[in-house]
Amino acid sequence: MATEFHNLQELRHSASLANKVFLQRDYSDGTTCRFQTKFPSELESRIERPLFEDTVKRLNTYYAEAEKMGGQSYLEGCLACATAYLIFLCMETRYEKVLKKIGRYIQEQNEKIYAPRGLLITDPIERGMRVIEISIYEDRGSSGSCSGSSSTSGSSAR
Amino acid sequence: MLQLGVAEPMRECEYSQISTRSSTPMETPYKKRTPKKRKWQAFPGRNKFYCNGRIMMARQTGVFYLTLVLILITSGLFFTFDCPFLSVQLTPAIPVIGGVLFVFVLGTLFRTSFSDPGVLPRATPDEAADLERQIDVANGSSSGYRPPPRTKEVVINGQTVKLKYCFTCKIFRPPRASHCSLCDNCVERFDHHCPWVGNCVGKRNYRFFYMFILSLSFLTIFIFAFVITHVILRSHRQGFLNALKDTPASVLEVVVCFFSVWSIVGLSGFHTYLISSNQTTNEDIKGSWSSKRGKDNYNPYSHGNIFTNCCAALCGPLPPSLIDRRGFVQSDTPQPTPPTNGITMYGSTQSQSHMCVQDQCIQSTKFVLQAAATPLMQSEPVILTDEASLPGRTSLGGPCSGALPLGGQPTPPTSTPNLSCDNGMLPTRNDHSEAHHHFLTPEEAPSPPGMLPCGSPLGHSHTIQGFYNPASQDSLHEDSVRGLVKLSSV
Repeated sequence: MATEFHNLQELRHSASLANKVFLQRDYSDGTTCRFQTKFPSELESRIERPLFEDTVKRLNTYYAEAEKMGGQSYLEGCLACATAYLIFLCMETRYEKVLKKIGRYIQEQNEKIYAPRGLLITDPIERGMRVIEISIYEDRGSSGSCSGSSSTSGSSAR
Repeated sequence: MLQLGVAEPMRECEYSQISTRSSTPMETPYKKRTPKKRKWQAFPGRNKFYCNGRIMMARQTGVFYLTLVLILITSGLFFTFDCPFLSVQLTPAIPVIGGVLFVFVLGTLFRTSFSDPGVLPRATPDEAADLERQIDVANGSSSGYRPPPRTKEVVINGQTVKLKYCFTCKIFRPPRASHCSLCDNCVERFDHHCPWVGNCVGKRNYRFFYMFILSLSFLTIFIFAFVITHVILRSHRQGFLNALKDTPASVLEVVVCFFSVWSIVGLSGFHTYLISSNQTTNEDIKGSWSSKRGKDNYNPYSHGNIFTNCCAALCGPLPPSLIDRRGFVQSDTPQPTPPTNGITMYGSTQSQSHMCVQDQCIQSTKFVLQAAATPLMQSEPVILTDEASLPGRTSLGGPCSGALPLGGQPTPPTSTPNLSCDNGMLPTRNDHSEAHHHFLTPEEAPSPPGMLPCGSPLGHSHTIQGFYNPASQDSLHEDSVRGLVKLSSV
C-alpha cells in the first residue's frame, strides 16, 4: 500500500474521503495550545499508536515553544513596542517562524508516514487552532474498503 | 413593493428566471460569475473590512470617529495655540514631548481598532457534525424535549473551569473566550467590546488597548497641565480675563481634558490592576476568581507575581490572526457552518446589496421551497431558541439597549464592560444569552437591504424579534414566513 501513493496530490485525487477524525484541544494546562494525545479508535486499524502519539507530542512541543514566555520573547516584545511595531514589516514574529516550522513538519509527516497509510493531517492553523483534523481516505480502486463505513458506525455506536 | 399575495410576484420572477437565468443553477447564481473571493468577503461575523481585508473593525464605528475627532481637535488646538507661547516662555521640549505622546496615542489607537482582536473562526461543517455526535453520545440522545445545556468541564491548575458550547460558532469555547454579540464572533481572552475604539478588545489587541489608554492618560494630563500653565503665565501679565480672551481655545481644551482625565485615568488604573492580576474585565465583573466565592477560589491563569503577569500581558508572544482575512476562498475548502434552518450562507448576505431584484426573488423562492422540503424535527438549538426567546429577549434588552447610550458619555471603569452584552449577563442567564445569539443571527442574516438598515444599533434587532411572532414554535413556519416576507418586500 505504501507504493500506491507517490504524493499527496495523487492521494487526494485517486482516493475518496471516507471519514474525518478530530483531535480536540487539551485545556488542562490553561489557554496554551496543546492537543489531546488520546488515540482515536477510528485510526486503530490504520496506523501504529506510537507513531501517531509521537506526531502529536512533537506538535505540542512546537506550540509550547512558540508560546513560551522567556527572555527572547520579552526582548522581541519590547523591541517591537519601541519601534511602534513597524519592525514587523521587516521581520516576522517568533510565533510565525514556529508556525512555518510546524507547517513543514506536518508536510513531512504526511509524505512519509500518513499518506502511505491513506491518512492526511490538516495543519491546525487552517482550522483556527481548534482541532487537528485527520482525514481518512479509502482507495477508490480497492474492493474490500469497509473500514470507512465501519469506523463511522463504530463511532456512532460509541 | 408588492403587498399582494405571493402568487403574483412569484409568477413575475419565474418568468424572468426562464428568460435570463435559465443557464445558471439556482444554488449560487451570483457566486459562479464572480472571480475568486477573499476570505474577508465571506466572513460570517458582523465586522466591517477596509483596504481589501487589511483593516477590521466592528460594525458600529460612530463612537470611534468621535474619539478620533476629540483627540485630533484637542491636540491640534494645543499645538497651534499653546505650544508657541510655551516653547518660547518655558522650553521647546514641551511640543516635542507632546508630539511624541500624540503620535504614540494615535498609533496605538489605530492598532487597537484595526487589528483582529483574536477572533475564533467558526467550525467547519465536519467539525460541527463531529462535535454534535459526541455531545449526543455523552448526553444520551433525546433526553426529554429540551436538550441539556452543552458544557464541558476541565481542570486548569486545580480550578474547575466550565467550557461552554457556542451555538453560533458551533465550537466549545476555549477558557477565557467569549462570544461578542455586537460583532457576532467568539473572541479569545475576551476583555470587552469597546465602542470608543470601534472593536472588541481580546487577546491580540489587549496590549495595544492598554498602551492606548495609558498614553492617552499621559497626553490628557500633559495637555491639561500645560494649558493651565499657559493661562496662568498669561494672567500674570494681562490679568485673567484678558488672558482668556487671547487664548479662547484653552478653555475648550481644559474642559475636554478635565472630563477625560477622570474617566481615562480611572480606566488605566483599572486595567493596570487587571493586568497585574491576569484577569479579564469579563472575569472581574463576574467575580469568577474572587475569594468571595469560596475559600479555594483563585485565578488559575495568574503566574504568581505581578511582574510576570505584566510581562506576559504586554511583552509576551503575539499570536497571529486565525481568520486569514486576505486569503482566497478555496472552492474545495469547507466553509464555516451557516446558521441552521437552511438559510443561505453569510457570504451571500454581503453581496446582497449588489444583488438585483431577480436574484432576491430567486433567493426568497428558495427559502420557501427549502422550508417546505425541510423535515419537521430541526436541530436542537432552534427549539431552545423558541423556548428561551421571550425571557432571553427581555433579559438582554436591558444591558444591550443601554449599551450605546452608555457609551456616549465618558464612563467610569466599571460600566465599560456592560457595553458587551455577554459581560452584563449573570451566570444563570448564560444559556438564554447563547440561545439569543443564535436567534439573533438567523434573523439578521437573510434580510434584504430594505428591511434592516445596516447601521442599526442592537436595540433595533430586539424590535424585529417581535415582528417574527415568537408564538410560532415551528421552525418550518418561520422559514416560510421569512421567505414570504422577503418576497413581499421585493
